[in-house]
Amino acid sequence: MPTSLPYMREKATSFFHWCRRNPVTALGFGIILGLGILGILAPLIAPYDPYALNPRERMQAPSWNHLFGTGIFGEDIFSRVLHGIRIDFGIGIGAVVIGLFTGSTVGIIAGYYGGKIDEIFMRLMDIVAAFPGFILAMAIAGVLGPSIPNLIIAIAFVNVPVYARLSRSRFLVIRNSLYAMAARGVGASDFRILTWHLLPNSLAPIFVQSTLQCGWAILDAAGLSFIGLGVHLPTPEWGVMIGLGVPRIITGQWWISFFPGLAIAVTVMGFNLIGDGLQDLLDPKRR
Amino acid sequence: MSEPLLDVIGLEKRYAVRSGVFRHRDLVAADDVSLTLSAGETLALVGESGSGKSTVGRCILRLEAPSGGCVRLDGTDITELEESDVRRLRPEMQMVYQEPLESLNPRHRVGKLVAEPLVLHGIVGKTEVRNRVVELFQLVGLGEEHVDRYAHALSGGQQQRVGIARALATNPKLLILDEPTSALDVSVEAQILNLLRDLQRRLRLAYLFISHDLAVVSMLADRVAVMYLGQIVETGPTRDVLSNSFHPYTRALVSATPVDHPRQKKLRIALTGEPASPIDPPAHCRLVPRCPYAEPVCSAVAAELLPIDSCRSTRCVRFQQEHCDGIWDPGGDVPIQDTVIRSTESEVNELKLND
Repeated sequence: MPTSLPYMREKATSFFHWCRRNPVTALGFGIILGLGILGILAPLIAPYDPYALNPRERMQAPSWNHLFGTGIFGEDIFSRVLHGIRIDFGIGIGAVVIGLFTGSTVGIIAGYYGGKIDEIFMRLMDIVAAFPGFILAMAIAGVLGPSIPNLIIAIAFVNVPVYARLSRSRFLVIRNSLYAMAARGVGASDFRILTWHLLPNSLAPIFVQSTLQCGWAILDAAGLSFIGLGVHLPTPEWGVMIGLGVPRIITGQWWISFFPGLAIAVTVMGFNLIGDGLQDLLDPKRR
Repeated sequence: MSEPLLDVIGLEKRYAVRSGVFRHRDLVAADDVSLTLSAGETLALVGESGSGKSTVGRCILRLEAPSGGCVRLDGTDITELEESDVRRLRPEMQMVYQEPLESLNPRHRVGKLVAEPLVLHGIVGKTEVRNRVVELFQLVGLGEEHVDRYAHALSGGQQQRVGIARALATNPKLLILDEPTSALDVSVEAQILNLLRDLQRRLRLAYLFISHDLAVVSMLADRVAVMYLGQIVETGPTRDVLSNSFHPYTRALVSATPVDHPRQKKLRIALTGEPASPIDPPAHCRLVPRCPYAEPVCSAVAAELLPIDSCRSTRCVRFQQEHCDGIWDPGGDVPIQDTVIRSTESEVNELKLND
């Protein structure tokens, strides 16, 4: 492994140049990376216990003691938003990973083998996709009962057709590529062609889609929690926190909903910025 | 005489085409194609686009399953084999493709692609792979610095050299070259052709050279087989076939080749119309609708590829009949002698004198 100092320096310089050329993507990466670090370090950074109630300091406006103010039970919003990163990122990324895995498996099989298998799989996907995503997720979460794993399953399920269609369309194109034939010519097996030749060539659009989808998944998770079908109190989840503060907006305590909402907005924007930029990064022809 | 390396007998490839709701008809891409090829020899397969040259190449390598006929490689009938057994034979026979860039996976470094057959067939040990790849790169005129590049970062000629290196990795006996230079510039084309000729001499490779460029064919091939609409219409030694063609289609092809001297006279035999449809072709000669020499007999009897002498054969019915009766004088009714391909210097001088 080349780990010498000049090598590392060279890598660092090329990374720096890349950031200069793609400031928007770099910003997206910065946001998500920063939030991720904050989430991991939440127990160390957070000034208060996110579950601690303090009736004497209810609904205080943001101050140096409570950066984001306090909620209706006197809980510290800043600490809860920090801990919320863990919950929301967990749900979002978990849902995307499960949806991505299931969806692209379906799509790859449908696209590579074609014929009847393709027909059956894709019509099933059409049925799922025929429902408005959020409504379907509501139904599933409602049936399964409100809990974090169920929330993840509901959001993942809704997104399966997105990945299935994407990977299928990609495989339909590249299974007939000349390099797939050439690979067979040198003696590669079906499995090897599928995994070593075709899969790497189908990942770029799927990756891009999944980063964009991460933002949406977090939005969905917050939405479901907001209407009471996801995470429950007292868990510090952003959607729940917004829901809690909504009645207080007209009475003037805007900060209870505002800061969790800001966190969601910044996160979704971060993921979308990355998604747009990843397209270029993952395409070797444009590097 | 020893057994030929490659022996193709009556190869056939049909594709089902839908016509109407329930009816399926056959598109015949290759029909009754028979070839032999010995070690160290070059056989050119020529014809216009759509004549089925590439299909024949792919069927021989079992990249497509032939619909009929038999392909023997070193005496083994490979048309009957299971896919996994074919895979075991793949090191013996390799292909160089027409579009070098598209035949190389864009996501792997070219060195990895050349290493793939080495690893798959366990030709060299794990630690030796890199060295062997560099050796192969040097063999085709590339340097070690190219090993870790991606295909798109190489020039067209370099890409095709990688394609050749990959094909040579398994020490094949047979190389099918599917228009290896048609995507390249003329100057690069010459380099690649020289490389191929050089490699053939050093490694005693047998080439099946698929091309539409008669100038290139005349330079590289020992024998030539001319294809029209899925059938071989004429075979024989390259020089003979191109300078004294037995089949009208070959003459038309030859006359369409540009001459390399503006004052050279040449006769053009222009075929009229488009090639007939390859769907449900007739048993008689397929050139009949376009052939300037066609007579009623041509559409009355089935056209078979028959030997004329020890090394040449043709599918032209008129030639077969009238040559045997001594009536047909090849080029007699039309002065075909002026048609010269890649004339030598003396020939050009002669032409000048005639002027």
